[in-house]
Amino acid sequence: MLKYIIKRILMLIPVLIGVSIIVFLIMRVFSPDPAPIVLGQHATQEAAEAWRQANGLNDPIYLQYWHYLQGALTGNLGTSYYTKTPVIKEIMARFPATIELAVVAIILASFFGILIGVISAVKKNSIFDNAGMLLALIGVSMPIFWLGILLIIFFSGTLHWLPSNGRINPLLEPIHITGFYLIDSLITGNISAFADALRHLILPASALAMYSMAIITRMTRSSMLDTLQQDFIRTARAKGIAEGRVIVRHGLRNGLIPIVTVIGLQLGSLLGGAVLTETVFSWPGIGAYTVTCILKSDFPVVQGVVLLVAAIFVLVNLIVDVIYAFLDPRIKYSKKEV
Amino acid sequence: MLLEVKNLSTEFQLKRGIIKAVDDISFTLDKGEILAIVGESGSGKSVTSHSIMGLLQKPGRISGGEILFKSRNLNKLSRKELQKIRGNQISMIFQEPMTSLNPVWRIKDQIIESITTHMQVSQKEALARTIAMLDTVGIPSPAQRANDYPHQMSGGMRQRVMTAMALACGPELLIADEPTTALDVTIQAQILELLYRMREKFQMAVLLITHDLGVVSEAADRVIVMYCGKIMEEADVRSLFTRPLHPYTVGLLQSIPQIDDDSDKRLYMIKGMVPNPLTMPPGCPFSDRCDHSMERCTKEMPELKEIAGQKVRCFLFEEGEGGGLGAK
Repeated sequence: MLKYIIKRILMLIPVLIGVSIIVFLIMRVFSPDPAPIVLGQHATQEAAEAWRQANGLNDPIYLQYWHYLQGALTGNLGTSYYTKTPVIKEIMARFPATIELAVVAIILASFFGILIGVISAVKKNSIFDNAGMLLALIGVSMPIFWLGILLIIFFSGTLHWLPSNGRINPLLEPIHITGFYLIDSLITGNISAFADALRHLILPASALAMYSMAIITRMTRSSMLDTLQQDFIRTARAKGIAEGRVIVRHGLRNGLIPIVTVIGLQLGSLLGGAVLTETVFSWPGIGAYTVTCILKSDFPVVQGVVLLVAAIFVLVNLIVDVIYAFLDPRIKYSKKEV
Repeated sequence: MLLEVKNLSTEFQLKRGIIKAVDDISFTLDKGEILAIVGESGSGKSVTSHSIMGLLQKPGRISGGEILFKSRNLNKLSRKELQKIRGNQISMIFQEPMTSLNPVWRIKDQIIESITTHMQVSQKEALARTIAMLDTVGIPSPAQRANDYPHQMSGGMRQRVMTAMALACGPELLIADEPTTALDVTIQAQILELLYRMREKFQMAVLLITHDLGVVSEAADRVIVMYCGKIMEEADVRSLFTRPLHPYTVGLLQSIPQIDDDSDKRLYMIKGMVPNPLTMPPGCPFSDRCDHSMERCTKEMPELKEIAGQKVRCFLFEEGEGGGLGAK
């Protein structure tokens, strides 16, 4: 198992090189020249030329990539053209917000997705099943930004129950230890900050969870329908085990593999930043920020974020594969078969 | 009397019509007895066993009759009460040992689950009982094999595990639904041997569902022959093989290849096919395949009549001809 994990982590290297080449080329081929954007439209030709020279943009593209790779290998992803801050610092300032939102959203999506999916499968073709599938259909088809705006209008605007933007009331902001406000506030014992951070999370996480929940619901339903037809479910019933236990301990436990797969894929994409949700809820995460940087041709930042997101995606999938082995004893990642 | 099935009917309501999978069957089973139900696919033998266990899947339902287990009507029990009996007093082993065990649980956990569901014992006691059961059914080094997952075992071993699980709570009735069909012949003999031994050891009754007359002759005390959801003949095993009455039973016995038959004669085959359950003829369901079919057979359903200790559903015996057909 350990060997397999190491092998998979080593395979991350070619993936990252490939991804970095692609994003490097795309930025330089399709993005507008950053010089006039950075210096402003009134900058002279000479000033722009000097800026390009200083930032190495006049070198041949392979040389530019080579310099970038050298820097990346030593942990230097460059500095933002605008803020002059190292890219790593820029990312670190925003990434915890994205992780926090994504994790809370995936927990919501998994909990409700599996719950509704299991009920739909067990009560196949009943009113519960139809309602569940209708909800799932709405979930996959409703644009997130629109759902987000509706949530804000209703829960913030009309009912005044929940805040509509930001991560926390700035006055309550806890000391940064991990960058996750929920964790930081708990570590420092700041309960009011914890509650406030949680209140800020509810609306964006719900909006973000809706799509993933719909996908998880559908996968759970079909996986459970399949599993509940299996012979060992009949055996479990013949043993006189209560129906609820048959469904959860025998059915769901066996149907989890495809469900875990979609949860992993969903989490991977949520961690890449939820551009629309972040924009609607003014969430200071990585997604909306990256889009701004793409529009402003801030090459080093975009390259850094894309690399990070690619690495996370690969790692999340690795974790999913490792979970498989725990879920199903028939899955072994070593050559030795028992 | 341990089990008494009275006028049981089970039907499947499909969009195309109603299929009567089990049609008004009655039989009894005594303590310690092995009763075999034989029939070809679709004869209703498995549906009978599922009806007794309350394991019918939709759209199947019991449409009439009673299933009396120790004088309690299983069909009238609540789900909770039925769960208390299932796996405890009545348990079941299935045809497919490869898929009937939960692939993600260790076999000991599957057996322990059965024990702790029905008996007030500690985990430790349940484990000890599990290992003892695995030993009883002939699994070598049971303490180690108990930690195996099903995929680490062969089909025969899995069927032994299924048997151990079914016997774990000391059932009074074991329903074995084609327990040997998926296994090769040497393993078949071992499993039958095992059932026989367990019957002796635990004094339990066995309802053996099979299509294999060889299995019946080896294991059963009494035999019911089913065809299209109806009982065609019922007899003790000796009489059935020496003096089969119903033309269908005769046909089944003649279709068994005999190893000591040297003649070049082709193997006997019952002509025709099982009728479509949706368009069942009004008379005897076997009438259009029967060599002795009379006009009456296609119009009326014969009754199940008792003749010299055997029961048979055929007009040939109606007029008191008694053994109107000779066995070959």
